[in-house]
Amino acid sequence: MNRRLLLKHSLATSIAAVMATAGITIPTNSMAAAWIEAEFNAKAVDKVFAELGATDVAQSDKITIKAPDIAENGAVVPITISTSLENVESISILADQNESPLTSTFNFGKGAVGFVATRIKMGKTANLVAVVKAGGKFYQAKKEVKVTIGGCGG
Amino acid sequence: MGSIKIRAKLKGEITEVRTLIKHKMETGLRKDKKTKKLIPAHFIQEVTAKHGDIEIVHAHWGGAISKNPYFSFQFKGGKVGDDVTISWIDNKGEKDSATAKIK
Repeated sequence: MNRRLLLKHSLATSIAAVMATAGITIPTNSMAAAWIEAEFNAKAVDKVFAELGATDVAQSDKITIKAPDIAENGAVVPITISTSLENVESISILADQNESPLTSTFNFGKGAVGFVATRIKMGKTANLVAVVKAGGKFYQAKKEVKVTIGGCGG
Repeated sequence: MGSIKIRAKLKGEITEVRTLIKHKMETGLRKDKKTKKLIPAHFIQEVTAKHGDIEIVHAHWGGAISKNPYFSFQFKGGKVGDDVTISWIDNKGEKDSATAKIK
């Protein structure tokens, strides 16, 4: 390894170290977090992920999305998310074709089970994306729901 | 305001809480069919669920949660007769809170 490469390499390492430190110093106590407009205003799934601080979001088969394959009424789509991941900190539910994909985030305190059920609005046929934060890491799962009559706008 | 209905039931070691909230959950994207004007956004933004004094869930909602929201969660450590409290606040600052006992 020549000197230039070595410099490059060490620089990259130190940047990564700084980012890691920053990641740790950013308040992670989501229970205290207030409603964040930017998360809900983000217009694309990757933007929502960025706002949530979710990077390297691995697909996980430990997340189960229960939702209808075909939703006749997009205004009321029942959804249940459950996960067998340990130390679940939060579950977010996104509908990737909604104008604002993020529908909700549920932050869990001690004692909570990795489970949530609710009903959401879907503008049109879309993938539901469940993002689970567990043990400081993000995981996701997807399920397509066909919507016959949209539940947004009108 | 009496907008919240809560059912909390102990099943083995897990307490299942189901709640219904009466709220119009207006996204701000819908148009009034007569006036063609946008109906202003009016939706619940934050929901908290407590077991006694312990916060179990703190949820952030957008306008894409359905009208008259249904919300269910589960937790460990509950006993029959314990209090479960659900509170919400919307984007206009309106709020409500209700408590039920675990059955």
